[in-house]
Amino acid sequence: MYSFEIVRPTSLADAVAALGQDEAQALAGGQTLIPSLKQRLAQPSVLVSLTAIAEMQGVSAEGGVLTLGGGTTHGTVAREAAAHYPALAALASNIGDPAVRNRGTVGGSLANNDPAACYPAAALASGATIVTNSREIAMEDYFQGMFTTALEEGEIITAVRFPIPEKAAYIKFEQPASRFALVGVFVAKFADGVRVAVTGASEEGVFRWTEAEEALSGNFSATALDGLTVSADGLMSDIHGSSAYRAHLIGVLTKRAVAAAA
Amino acid sequence: MTKVTMTVNGKTVAKEVRGNTLMTEFLRDELRLTGTHVGCDTSQCGACTIHVNGLNVKACTIFAAECDGAEVGTIEGQANADGSLNVIQQAFQDHHGLQCGFCTPGMVMAAASLLKDNPKPSEAEIRHYLEGNICRCTGYHNIVKAIMAASGQDVSVIAAE
Repeated sequence: MYSFEIVRPTSLADAVAALGQDEAQALAGGQTLIPSLKQRLAQPSVLVSLTAIAEMQGVSAEGGVLTLGGGTTHGTVAREAAAHYPALAALASNIGDPAVRNRGTVGGSLANNDPAACYPAAALASGATIVTNSREIAMEDYFQGMFTTALEEGEIITAVRFPIPEKAAYIKFEQPASRFALVGVFVAKFADGVRVAVTGASEEGVFRWTEAEEALSGNFSATALDGLTVSADGLMSDIHGSSAYRAHLIGVLTKRAVAAAA
Repeated sequence: MTKVTMTVNGKTVAKEVRGNTLMTEFLRDELRLTGTHVGCDTSQCGACTIHVNGLNVKACTIFAAECDGAEVGTIEGQANADGSLNVIQQAFQDHHGLQCGFCTPGMVMAAASLLKDNPKPSEAEIRHYLEGNICRCTGYHNIVKAIMAASGQDVSVIAAE
């Protein structure tokens, strides 16, 4: 690693101020950033650790909305969100491995927007709102392609608000070594319609499968998806799976998610 | 340099560290606690598993500065007060839950976390929990058996002797 300083503010205001320095970078759980630093893919002058900020921690549910502090770990979400939004808790409980889940955070995952990460699918399918130190960002405006989001330089995700669906499920076809999604599909059924978000597949990152949403909004059953296919154009192709294979998986996993939705 | 103060296996330590000092480096090089092994240094293998504020984490993927004020536990702190092996360590010995032994510290630390949350895990739950701990000798059967034994369960059901 290149050399850098670490600061560990205890308030959001101090963290925002620290991120105003030249070449400062936010450090959440570090489960992606620290390996990247080891490979010298980043050269910050100062890392601003967000783990000591109490106001960014916690899980709460009120009025049909689950709010996660941006610094809440996957392990905490798995335990504390289960009673409110079981599909989201189940997603959190299958990210990485137990030690990774004790460090990695929901805010870190959504800020990084890895094209194979799980949380972007949950956020997009739920129609979540990203709350930062300066504003609220609607889901339609947030994801802007692989590893790219609407976040400005130095902007911190302080919380994420997930509307709780009537029924939901996330099915991940795991890449067995990394446990990232080779393809993952999150299906969420709300009173006013169904949302289907797909991660792991597109070169543009997470996306909504609108044809499936329309079919499922009229008839929420796996058979409603019969005959629907996804084009392989623009899907990722690598040693783990071709674009055609990923396209096929999207259809299969969406059916499984509908069948599993509770 | 940043001053960090933390409790490691019950003892308070205070040191100056560089920003990029990992906990693996802090424990092994500064404190000479070399039981925390560095297998991959890429967060895959789990040989460096330690406890930070009661939770298992990979010491290769957390900075020492992030542990300021924390309670840290390592394999060196696992034995009983009289120096005898704790229940998990003894079970690893009794059931030959190791071959070369390199992954063992991480396995023992992960097992301790599992049994704290789930005192009587099933074989499937143990295997799922150990996803982040790799035994390059592939000695998993006896590791699983040792953890079953440490939790006071019948081990005759585990596949291989």
